[in-house]
Amino acid sequence: MNFLTSLALFLQIAVQGGTPLLFGTLGAIMNERVGHLNLGVEGMMMFGACMGYWAALKTDNAAIAILVAGLAGMLCALIYAVLTVTFRTNHTVTGLVTTIFGTGLANFIGKPLSTQALPRSFTEQLAAVKVPVLSEIPVIGKMFFEQSIYVHIGILCAILLYIYMKKTTIGLKMRMIGENPAAADASGINITLYKYVHILLGGFLSGLGGAYLTLVYVPVWKESVTGGQGWIAVALVIFSTWSPIKAIFGAYFFGMLRGLGFKLQNVAIPLIGTVPSQFLDMVPYVVTILALVFMTLRKKKENQGPAALGLPYFREDR
Amino acid sequence: MAKKFMALLLASLMLLTLTLTACGDGGSGSEGLAPIKKEDLKIGFIYVGDAYDGGYSQAHEEGRLQMMESLGLADSQVIVVENVPESAECATAARNLVDQGCNVIYSNSFGHMDHIKAVADEYPNVYFGHATGFTRTDNMTTYMGRIYEARYLSGIVAGLQTKSNKIGYVAAMPIAEVVRGINAFTLGVQSVNPNATVEVIWLNTWYDGTLEKTVALELLNKGCDVIAQHCDSPAPQIAAEEKGAFAIGYNRSTAEVAPKAYLTAPLFHWGAYYTANVQSIIDGTWVSEDFWKGLTSGVVSLDNLSSLVVAGAAEKVAAAEAAIKDGSLVIFSGEIYDNQGNLKVAAGQTMTDAELTSFDWLVKGVIGSVPAA
Repeated sequence: MNFLTSLALFLQIAVQGGTPLLFGTLGAIMNERVGHLNLGVEGMMMFGACMGYWAALKTDNAAIAILVAGLAGMLCALIYAVLTVTFRTNHTVTGLVTTIFGTGLANFIGKPLSTQALPRSFTEQLAAVKVPVLSEIPVIGKMFFEQSIYVHIGILCAILLYIYMKKTTIGLKMRMIGENPAAADASGINITLYKYVHILLGGFLSGLGGAYLTLVYVPVWKESVTGGQGWIAVALVIFSTWSPIKAIFGAYFFGMLRGLGFKLQNVAIPLIGTVPSQFLDMVPYVVTILALVFMTLRKKKENQGPAALGLPYFREDR
Repeated sequence: MAKKFMALLLASLMLLTLTLTACGDGGSGSEGLAPIKKEDLKIGFIYVGDAYDGGYSQAHEEGRLQMMESLGLADSQVIVVENVPESAECATAARNLVDQGCNVIYSNSFGHMDHIKAVADEYPNVYFGHATGFTRTDNMTTYMGRIYEARYLSGIVAGLQTKSNKIGYVAAMPIAEVVRGINAFTLGVQSVNPNATVEVIWLNTWYDGTLEKTVALELLNKGCDVIAQHCDSPAPQIAAEEKGAFAIGYNRSTAEVAPKAYLTAPLFHWGAYYTANVQSIIDGTWVSEDFWKGLTSGVVSLDNLSSLVVAGAAEKVAAAEAAIKDGSLVIFSGEIYDNQGNLKVAAGQTMTDAELTSFDWLVKGVIGSVPAA
């Protein structure tokens, strides 16, 4: 197999590995843009993964399964929103609790599902579609044009979210809340409503991210199937500087790093020789840390997070 | 405030007393091991994965159910704890089982070993069984199947099946048990197809469906057309089916998961062991031993070959199986070279069990290396 084909296949896997991260990151961006640090992404992804799988078994309909997964993520987000918006609890602790709750509930409900496999009639609905001609483009053809429709939904969501945030008045108001909720409040924006809507929509996206794993990537239910990908999504928000478009690259880049470690296992690197696999497993995390450090060093204003991120908003508190 | 404090204090005191009483129950009785009447048995099982993980732990779970049925135990006589990590949590799980009255405890993962030993030392009158380990005490026995014998047979199937002469192997942890399996499999492959290679990629985890599939896809992209595995979920078989390749499972028969890829699988039949072991506790014949038996004991076997397997493989597998059973074929006997070209086992020599349990090199034909564990 020549180098270009091998690279094309590698990038194809990178995109598949990055898709759940992309959804999770987009969800977290929506939360953080209204000033809510959300460490509950992992729990929302888990619950979405579980309920999506459940709905897939019941209905054998991909559209319904995806919708149910999103609603499940939304339900977890609702708990988070009630606590942090209405009761103004600490975002960090509430987020952690949401993760523990979502994971636990998903594993409980998922218990009887682990013995049931998804029927072929379902998996075929979300199987990779080979776009004629386009999928033959060297290197990037397979990456984008021989993928499940689910992958394309992810890219579409990112673009729509970008347009919404940057080009619409509602999007501007949403970002304003994250920067300065008191000013937004004074200008007549219904802060509570905005926060609820965006946290819930963020939960919807996170739920979709989890369901990609159980509906498309490995279509069987496994306990704790997300395996910490929700946490990576939280880090990717900073990595992508709260921008949905950069999130696409961040998520796919990270998907690539996950595969890269395995690719290098039996390859001798000049001067070093073969690197022990334990070190290769560290690569994605080391790169994340380095990227975060680099980002902070550059001190560009637009690379910083929303100013009011993580601060509960009290109207009377001046 | 004072009232609240008192209430809290009293509540914690009550809780403490309860725990202590419960502890007392488990730890009471005479020193050492006595036979246990069938109706007095209370057996705890500690699994590293989900009881229905579709692989390793599920094979144990099925063995447990078979044991209960053949001995006629009630559901209330068994407690199962799942997803117990290979950390101090394992000791906690074992102590909790003793507290709940268990007088026999089995644990199924290698990394549980030291924690089980610690608890076994604390409770000398409780029977402990630990799968895959090598530490034994007066009240802690070990059990394992010589699954590598079945892996050798599955290697014969893979070697005949491959067209690209490239076989991929998704390997969990770099420990002797896994290394031994890779080597037996490769010797099986090479016995029928000396040109075929087996490429190994390490996961560094037993059970992560997402990673298992990523690694399998990576091997498939490198041109492998048969994927074998030593990890706990059927994800590599799903990957093989997606890419139109073949797969060899592990632990359980999983033909229904990937019907277009599944060839066969080395299987465990833990029910046979659990039944005999619990029976020996009832009879008072239990001993702490190194139970490590292969195809002849029925604890391991190769699954029936699927209809995808090439013609002629069944005969070769049957011949090798018969030879292993009657002792005329010893898998790890010379001469064997490692994959660096060094002669490791000279002609006429056979590796001892001690050498097999500390295997840290790969035989000729394997692409890959063993990272220090």
